[in-house]
Amino acid sequence: MKTTREQGRGRMLAALPMSIWAVLFVALALLYIIGLSFLSRGEGFDAQLPITFDNYLRMAAPTYLKSLLLSLRLAFLTALCCALLGYPLAYFIAKTSPRVRTWLLILIIAPFWTNALIRIYGWKTLFIANGPLNTALLSLGIIEKPLRLLYTEKAVLVGMVYAMIPFFVLPVYSGIERLDGSIVEASRDLGAGPVRAFFTVTLPMTMPSVLAALVLTFIPSIGLFFISDLLGGSNTMLWGNVIQNELLKSRDLPFASALSVVLLTLTCIVLAVYRKLGGDAESMVF
Amino acid sequence: MLLLYLPILVVVVFSFNANTTRTATMTFTGFSLQWYKNLFDPISGFGVHLVTSLEVAFWSVLFSCVMGTIGAVGLLHRKKQKSLSGRSLERFINFGEQAAMLPIMIPELIMGIALLALFSFLRLPMGKITLVIAHTSFCIPYILITVKSRLSTLDPSIEEAARDLGASPIRAFLTVTLPLAAPAVLSGCLLAFAMSMDDFVISFFVNGAETTTLPLKVYSSVKVGVTPQVNALCTVMLGAAFLLVAMGQLLSSARGKEKKI
Repeated sequence: MKTTREQGRGRMLAALPMSIWAVLFVALALLYIIGLSFLSRGEGFDAQLPITFDNYLRMAAPTYLKSLLLSLRLAFLTALCCALLGYPLAYFIAKTSPRVRTWLLILIIAPFWTNALIRIYGWKTLFIANGPLNTALLSLGIIEKPLRLLYTEKAVLVGMVYAMIPFFVLPVYSGIERLDGSIVEASRDLGAGPVRAFFTVTLPMTMPSVLAALVLTFIPSIGLFFISDLLGGSNTMLWGNVIQNELLKSRDLPFASALSVVLLTLTCIVLAVYRKLGGDAESMVF
Repeated sequence: MLLLYLPILVVVVFSFNANTTRTATMTFTGFSLQWYKNLFDPISGFGVHLVTSLEVAFWSVLFSCVMGTIGAVGLLHRKKQKSLSGRSLERFINFGEQAAMLPIMIPELIMGIALLALFSFLRLPMGKITLVIAHTSFCIPYILITVKSRLSTLDPSIEEAARDLGASPIRAFLTVTLPLAAPAVLSGCLLAFAMSMDDFVISFFVNGAETTTLPLKVYSSVKVGVTPQVNALCTVMLGAAFLLVAMGQLLSSARGKEKKI
């Protein structure tokens, strides 16, 4: 018996380097900023005692509240738009023939393999005042003078939806694909029209994957800062932009930590709600 | 669907623009390769940044591959421990597994700031070392997921047979388990490599003045405005990414055919 116990322990030792690494550079790093958020600002880039709640109280100022609301609104709208655009797309892909499906999936994944910055940069080129989009609209006679597209909230929303949509389509696609087609057929045989069958059978049954996809699009959206940086300029200060500013411009580490802790808490709340609604981590892996 | 490719198309088209005036990024006047010519110019080119990115990706993938792979082996078939030291080891490893998965669950921004704070506390100068530590941390989960799911499909009796025939645990791992898990390790490494080359947010916080990776360079060039040379760079990067995806697809379909035979 002794040998099996030793073997079991020896085996676990193999996971030790990874565990030490993760505890040191992930768990401790996160705990460290939580601790920092209760300290006062020190010399330069440091923090010092006494322990204080000032960092959190400071966030009650209108600028920060406004930015938090804007971030939440944009993240919510992003998830919503991804759902409205992504669900039909995922449904369409799942219903095509296997050969076409493979190609469509590659087409969805391929942009995801290219740097997000490049794709956002493409939008910036498009949106520029005398750029291709305005030129096209002008020559088609749809508009009379160039629209202001860049550095608006809408531009940021377009960029965020664009960056996040693969994260919505893929889990929902695998959800629809896993769905047993005979159940839908049964409802049709029992006299439900295609629309009714979709709303009473397909949609409720693929809800777990939709929920997972919403979480997958919502969480990163609150923390993104480079999309609003490039497409929104200084007009759209999202929570991520505020953190970045406090950290790199004001070099206020404790306050930036406190702002990050708020973001971390929001993430945990969303994940907790997701678990409560019956979501499991598995449907988030695709 | 078309919309997904519209911005990419714009970047590609404008990278061939012949227009050299200030409006080079707005009006297309003709075909030219001028923006590609000085792409790897030693002073204004992007060669240095590509090398930095490749170096960081190489070391991060190496470290995360080793730790992630043997970590996945250690996490599998855990036996209930009876002794006190065994139990605390078990608890520590369970916690380690949870912590290892965090970087892909929480916003990247938080990881970046947490690591920046930790590094400045440790008085580590920002540079290649901090970049490699950060990238290794977020590469581990990708390796762990792929290798663990592959290992869980393997029959544990194969390894037990090797042990019964007298192989030491390390030999059994090297000659039996590792070869069987190799495809998963490789695909995990590819994924980790792509993630490392692509990472902008975390690198943004932990890079040094001398270690600007390619995505960071792209960001600083496009932040101020639209620069035509970046179009050429982006087109090259796009081409490389598509080539990699196509190669991966070919590899996996070839493997699929092998299985059928």
